[in-house]
Amino acid sequence: MTQVRTETGNARPAQYALFGVSWYHGAILLLGFVIAFAAVHLNSREADATNLSALDTLSLWLPFILKGFGLNLLMSFLAMAIATVLGVALGIAQVSQLGVVRVASKFVTHLFRNAPWLVILFTVMYLLPVEATLWGREKVIIPDWIKATFAFSLPVMGNISEIVRGAINSIPTGQWESAESLAFTRRQTMVHIILPQCIKRSIPPWMNWYALLTLATPMASILGVHEAVGNAQAAMEAGGGRPEFLLPFYLFLLCLFFAYIYPIALWTRKLEQKYAVSH
Amino acid sequence: MLSLISTMEGNVPRSWTPEMPIVSLRDVRKFYGSLEVLKGISLDVRKGEVICIIGPSGSGKSTLIRCINGLNGIQHGSIRVEGREVNDPKLDVLALRRKVGIVFQQYNLFPHKTALENVMLAPLLVLKEPRRQVEERARELISKVKLQGKENSYPGELSGGQQQRVAIARSLAMCPDVMLFDEVTAALDPETVKEVLVTIKQLASEGMTCILVTHEMGFAREVADHVYFIDGGVIVEHGPPSELFNDAKDPRTRRFLSQVL
Repeated sequence: MTQVRTETGNARPAQYALFGVSWYHGAILLLGFVIAFAAVHLNSREADATNLSALDTLSLWLPFILKGFGLNLLMSFLAMAIATVLGVALGIAQVSQLGVVRVASKFVTHLFRNAPWLVILFTVMYLLPVEATLWGREKVIIPDWIKATFAFSLPVMGNISEIVRGAINSIPTGQWESAESLAFTRRQTMVHIILPQCIKRSIPPWMNWYALLTLATPMASILGVHEAVGNAQAAMEAGGGRPEFLLPFYLFLLCLFFAYIYPIALWTRKLEQKYAVSH
Repeated sequence: MLSLISTMEGNVPRSWTPEMPIVSLRDVRKFYGSLEVLKGISLDVRKGEVICIIGPSGSGKSTLIRCINGLNGIQHGSIRVEGREVNDPKLDVLALRRKVGIVFQQYNLFPHKTALENVMLAPLLVLKEPRRQVEERARELISKVKLQGKENSYPGELSGGQQQRVAIARSLAMCPDVMLFDEVTAALDPETVKEVLVTIKQLASEGMTCILVTHEMGFAREVADHVYFIDGGVIVEHGPPSELFNDAKDPRTRRFLSQVL
């Protein structure tokens, strides 16, 4: 933890290089953990296999937990990609000139923005079929982590839709009027004038939602997806399920997510400040 | 879409010939809700003429000028631009706007594009002209408004007067037949007002049809062929600048002029 604090302390003077510095330090933090645990593991090799210490158990299962964390990251990337594509489309639909499109997209947006993520997760789990027929006639079982990824993308989609709608509405009407007066079609105005100006102001909230999404991915463990938290729990079980495991294991998970998310949060804040100045 | 526009272009009503007024308003009435802001405006502008519209704020000047390119709709009367009825639901509004340029008080340049890109965008996208030809014309226009060397500057890096001149060049890049100027110097610092007025004066002397809403009485007196004084949504008085400024008939005109001159 102290390491993390030093990291921000160092980074503060170097304003816009913050992103690089943070990642570098985050990586060092993780590396430090790995080395420390590996050392503990090596020293206690001869120890009685049935009576490993909590730290030994953690280091023994470390690769398993990190593999799970890899799935957290993969789910967060995929879910964010889906949420961005759908959310941007939905946001643009919210300012459509067609009443039907506008109302329908508003309904979808607010439905997913205002539902608990866990409820969406369960709903998607039970609504999506167990198997799907892909290109050929072969039936493929849809893995649970794919379903969970899709479920997580939905609330983020709703929120991105609102970000996009808000950004479009924040563009001064003079931009629409001058584009209209130059005989641009509505579509040309949107593509060449309005949306490019929306990107910059949408990036900080978009990153914020990415951080929240990543932090929500451990919810998938409830449904048996083998991500970091689920794997850590399985490791504790396998190690004998002793109560003294709880603190080091959960503390480790905390550090793992913190080391990944905190730099993103810092970077988001810097971008927000930067754009607040330049606008 | 393109072919549709070009047929519409060839389809300028036969009844209109270049000898007739290029812009013609007849009994134009406009309401915002129940508030009548234009109460029966009629005026004619001939090709190459420079028309200035003056009047107190809230008199409907800006509303009037924005009706001419269809930015504001009207509820009654007729606005004809080269014979096209603007108040016709079947109007090809894009074809109209290719022929009528407008410059706004707040410049409204595209902040994410350079000065050159601002000028080039509409001819590229709307007129679908080849890039080389457009770029050549855009560079000419930028030097015409005396901004050589600023081609790659973003609007945020330019002064108000410079931005306004880019906005004029951007409108001219569409090769319009009529230019509308909506209080284009009202937001400028006094020292940059002149550079914009010089640009407009040059345009006027080249024979561009110009309709200006302005508070610059000296400028109106100098360049206008005809001045309209509007108050409360009606034309109170109009005439050549020498007559209107020196020998106003209506007491409202005289009161307004005594306040601003």
